Amino acid sequence: MSTLVEIRDVSKTYERGKQKVEVLHHVNLDIQKGDFLALMGPSGSGKTTLLNLIGGLDSPSGGSISVGGQRIDKLGGGALAKWRAANVGFIFQFYNLLPMLSAQKNVEVPLLLTALSAAERKRNAAIALQLVGLADRASHKPTELSGGQQQRVAIARAFVSDPSLLVCDEPTGDLDRQSAEEVLGLLQVLNREHGKTIIMVTHDPKAAEYAKQTLHLDKGTLVEQAAA
Amino acid sequence: MKYLHLIWAALFRRKTRTILTLLSIIMAFLLFGMLDAVRISFAEAGQSANGAERLQTGARLSFIQTLPKSLTEKIAAVPGVKDVAFANWFGGAYQDPHNQVFTFAVSDNYLDVYPEVIVSAEDRKAFADDLNGILAGEMLIKKYGWKIGDTIPLQSQIFPNQEGSKNWSFKLVGVMSSKDGRAFQSGMIILHWKKFDETTPYNQGEVGWYVSRVTDVNQADRIARDIDALSANSDHETKTQTEQAATRNWIKQMADIGLIVTSIMGAVFFTLVLLTGNTMMQAVRERTNELAVLKTMGFSNHKVLGLVLGESVLLLLLGGAIGLALVSVIGAALPAMSGGMINNTHVGISSWVVGIALATGIGLLIGALPATRAMRINIVDALAGR
Repeated sequence: MSTLVEIRDVSKTYERGKQKVEVLHHVNLDIQKGDFLALMGPSGSGKTTLLNLIGGLDSPSGGSISVGGQRIDKLGGGALAKWRAANVGFIFQFYNLLPMLSAQKNVEVPLLLTALSAAERKRNAAIALQLVGLADRASHKPTELSGGQQQRVAIARAFVSDPSLLVCDEPTGDLDRQSAEEVLGLLQVLNREHGKTIIMVTHDPKAAEYAKQTLHLDKGTLVEQAAA
Repeated sequence: MKYLHLIWAALFRRKTRTILTLLSIIMAFLLFGMLDAVRISFAEAGQSANGAERLQTGARLSFIQTLPKSLTEKIAAVPGVKDVAFANWFGGAYQDPHNQVFTFAVSDNYLDVYPEVIVSAEDRKAFADDLNGILAGEMLIKKYGWKIGDTIPLQSQIFPNQEGSKNWSFKLVGVMSSKDGRAFQSGMIILHWKKFDETTPYNQGEVGWYVSRVTDVNQADRIARDIDALSANSDHETKTQTEQAATRNWIKQMADIGLIVTSIMGAVFFTLVLLTGNTMMQAVRERTNELAVLKTMGFSNHKVLGLVLGESVLLLLLGGAIGLALVSVIGAALPAMSGGMINNTHVGISSWVVGIALATGIGLLIGALPATRAMRINIVDALAGR
């Protein structure tokens, strides 16, 4: 396996008023292509911050981050947006679907940034919904779907543009056990059968069991590494 | 265009609020369309091929002052003058002083100088044969449900009859109309000047204004100067001008329609900017998280800016187009309501162009602030609810 994500000596400091808060301290990490990594740790340990940096949502205060050989910490706003559109799919705890659009249209949104025609966008979104088992709910609005179904739509939206990396921030945090297992099973399928590299932040040890390896963060430092 | 469904969906995210905002925009543009039609109608008054051939001669001092009837022959003798007719203001009100009806007491040949006014030969003969007869515009006849032969009571604001009463009574003997319905006579009444002059003690051989038709419009300026020269240094000096200029001056003496329209629309659109701008700001504030999600997916700052601007422009264009389209429907009642004064109530291309430009401009203006705010959303802060 080759390395997809290379994190070298990454620090992140936030300014809260006059106070400076260092959230990540000189983190070094390699994530292999095709890995399924769970990031665990107490609240405020820097999990989501690290995830945001890997996903290109934020820039490090120091150090370097390369994804697929590209230094994303060097990219400007517009280039970083383009990079995200082509390389990363995001899955959030609260699904973050657009409430006024149907499931089908929600899944089509990332494809608006591609050169695909309207018919191709529609077809790809339909396939993605089929993969997550919601083909029959394509015309439903998010409010007409259960939490588990909404998260599956969000997963379809995350992988519809075929990114190499999926970043998930507490994807089961708002779900009951059965729905959580369905969602985690789906992520596992995407990882094993479709080769997606997945980085998942979770508080739930049971969710972490679905990952190939688990890393623990505490006070902004990687403290432990365990292979599944 | 591929983002249109996204913009549309965002626009109608809160249907009630958007519909209420849309209604206020529709009302503003409806008002704009109606007032613009009024402005154009006044601006175009007298602008016709026939109007270009006509000169109006009135007293230089004021249009209220009258002129001697003896000028008729002198004006007719000016080289280049084809016909001369004259008229007096009568100022009629029907049934109620609020029902103002434009009424002129006119010379026998008055209709000869207005060939665009259609009167059947039968009606024209009936008018010529009956000194108490009147011709009424078809719009008035429709409005008040008059029939030929009806006795029409009219109250003059100024002129009493022989009995000293301002209540006059006439017999409707014919109808005036025009091919395109735009001649102002379609909304007025004419009566015999002779009857008027003989009946009211206030008028003794005086006329209000002269209307001359010229043989060559290129000679109009020279003819106007010659006509005015007839009364130079007299106690009734005249001012002769084209029908268009005369109408414009007459309207200006009443009010500056352009200024009134511009002032009203300025106030309306200013209020609209505040109202819609506030709604857009609120709409974007509510969607901070959704906009951050779009950015997460790879929508650039400029794309997000474009989406919000597109939303506000679409809202304004939608409201503007509906408002202007409604003018044609509601505006159909305006000619009858104005007694034929305002005939041009359809929205012309120029009004559409100005309306669409206004809608786009206001849309960009009200969208600018929320769009900039949306563009500057920090993804991490927005997703964290900060």
